[in-house]
Amino acid sequence: MFGDYSIGDLGAIFAMQGFAGLILFSVYVLMALGLAIIFGQMGVINMAHGEFMILGAYVTWMTSNAFQHFLPALFPGYFFVAMALAFIASGSLGMLVEWAMIRRLYKRPLDTLLATWGLSLILQQAYRSVFGAREVGVELPDWMMGSWQVTDAIQIPINGMFVMCLTILITIVVAYVLFLSRWGKQVRAVVQNRVMAGAVGINTEKVDRYTFGLGCGIAGVAGSAFTMIGSTGPTAGQLYIVDTFLVVVFGGAASLLGTIASAFTISQAQSTMEFFLSGSMAKVLTLLAIVAILMLRPQGLFALKVRK
Amino acid sequence: MSDETKKGLKSPLRRQLLMGMAAIPALAMMPRPSFGAGPATSAVNTTGLAVTDSEVTVGILHSVTGTMAISETGSVQAEKLAIEQINASGGVLGRKIKYIQEDGASDWPTFAEKAKKLLVNDKCAAVMGCWTSASRKAVLPVFEQYNGMLYYPTFYEGLEQSKNVIYTGQEATQQIIAGLDWVNKTKGAKTFYLLGSDYIWPRTSNKIARKHIEGHLQGAKVVGEEYFPLGHTQFNSVINKIKLTKPDVIYAIIVGGSNVAFYKQLKAAGIDMSKQTLLTISVTEDEIDGIGGENIAGAYACMKYFQSLDNANNKAFVADFKKMWGEKTVIGDVTQAAYLGPWLWKLTVEKAGSFDIDKIAAASPGIEFKGAPEGYVRIHENHHLWSKTRVGRAKADGQYELIYETADLVEPDPFPKGYQ
Repeated sequence: MFGDYSIGDLGAIFAMQGFAGLILFSVYVLMALGLAIIFGQMGVINMAHGEFMILGAYVTWMTSNAFQHFLPALFPGYFFVAMALAFIASGSLGMLVEWAMIRRLYKRPLDTLLATWGLSLILQQAYRSVFGAREVGVELPDWMMGSWQVTDAIQIPINGMFVMCLTILITIVVAYVLFLSRWGKQVRAVVQNRVMAGAVGINTEKVDRYTFGLGCGIAGVAGSAFTMIGSTGPTAGQLYIVDTFLVVVFGGAASLLGTIASAFTISQAQSTMEFFLSGSMAKVLTLLAIVAILMLRPQGLFALKVRK
Repeated sequence: MSDETKKGLKSPLRRQLLMGMAAIPALAMMPRPSFGAGPATSAVNTTGLAVTDSEVTVGILHSVTGTMAISETGSVQAEKLAIEQINASGGVLGRKIKYIQEDGASDWPTFAEKAKKLLVNDKCAAVMGCWTSASRKAVLPVFEQYNGMLYYPTFYEGLEQSKNVIYTGQEATQQIIAGLDWVNKTKGAKTFYLLGSDYIWPRTSNKIARKHIEGHLQGAKVVGEEYFPLGHTQFNSVINKIKLTKPDVIYAIIVGGSNVAFYKQLKAAGIDMSKQTLLTISVTEDEIDGIGGENIAGAYACMKYFQSLDNANNKAFVADFKKMWGEKTVIGDVTQAAYLGPWLWKLTVEKAGSFDIDKIAAASPGIEFKGAPEGYVRIHENHHLWSKTRVGRAKADGQYELIYETADLVEPDPFPKGYQ
């Protein structure tokens, strides 16, 4: 296992693998953060989360095309505009969906699973009709595709670092909004006791709509970021949904801290095993370990005490 | 349009609308040749297929929904183009080809069910379709039981042969061995890193590749072999391993959307494909559309067809394809192989002088199609095609430039000795 590598190689392996694990960790957090808000705070099982991500990816693709045609000089910076637009697009669609569908289902959480599953199929077909069945290629500015040469053996991809910084930023903003802002207090109050929150004058409908919109908007930003590493096609959202739920459920649904801890555990396990075993084997072992842990601790790594 | 959709129509307005839509392709084909001048139906159709004096019905069976729709769209487009061209040139035995399209929906039991419908209810004289090996394996017993004829367009792992299937793509040995020999000879490649998605085709292909590398190439060896689940998007770990083992050749058989992630991450990790040789057998022009040409430029692909092939047949084919489906469409290896299906069937029917499946199966070996975009093909006794193997180099504009092609047609060998 270690025999073929020199000491210097091993140092580089651990440095680069550690970093690969951190990138995977950021990806998982980005994917799961939006879902953790929607599922954890509102109890809605959103099977269309992947499609909200892909909406962000398509928005990025359209923005990149628009910049190439109309503002070629500003192309290197288009990505920041694209992410803002992706947030707005996915967030608005999310609020629309909440108004049209989800709000009728708050008392029947299992039905949200079916309804949003249907929604995901509708969205996939809509993407296929609008953008075509083939995958679209999102062109990135050159500065994002390079890598940073640390030593001879260690190179760190810039887009990986970009995803990491983005993740940290979004996590801080979300934590601030949910735990320190006035609106965050309202959200948590509604989660803990909807009737009582309404009785003290919180507009619970409005809180629900904005919370759902925020979760979907973050999904859109995640999708936008993933155009750097993943594919953009009508059904690409399906690739992410299983991993996303895995991270959220393993972390303990209602806890943001749990989501982060679970993303860290899964990504580091996956990344380390991937190096010494094969990619498929690493995935299988990770899944087995999660199943085993969830059997012992069904509430996930971190559980909040919520009054039912 | 299938019979089922017709039955489902209730409102007269909708019916008018749909009939109007159905008339569009017919109008586009003006002036129409006259049909019904061929031999008597009773003579050319003794087994009750859907053949009338003026029409013959074939089936198109691909996924237009689900995860495979991305890949199979091109096949459907190519088959429709071939059918339209055949009709414009007088049809088959004086009969116009009508097609019934069914959606396999990327679901293998659905493929089997729809295949049965096309053969039993619609009595299709031939079916063009399937893409994944799983879908082909699902429909195979149906075609054998109800004696239908399938034209299957994808390059695949081999280890199969049926009197009811004509394989118009390459099987594994045709695609792999010539490419490895080329990279060994011209690049002096000795060490290979094998990568693939985790299912039967990449695993079988890599098995053949490994046997060839270790058994037939002097002093060459495999330094790594690894598989990833379908849809995997994180390749940082394996890229690190590649950097450490420094193989002469990365041999990649990753399929579908994972390719986008793989090549983008490879580029971001600083692997420069003008210095590092990468040989793939799974990335056609269709996939490059999603990957982005700038991310894969410099990589080599080994298959039988590239859109950029410089011959008169191909130029006409590409022009017609773009005229029918739009300037921006790209044509990959499988799309071209799908285009061969209707033409090979027409030539076979005319040689056999009959639509009967048994006669077509018997008449197929030796059928030549000189108008093939890839140049020239011939059907082998084992129902696969003789074809050239080519190596192309990806350019930033998403096209391959031809680097090498075998001098002769390569014999198909679905059951290679010593490679299993």
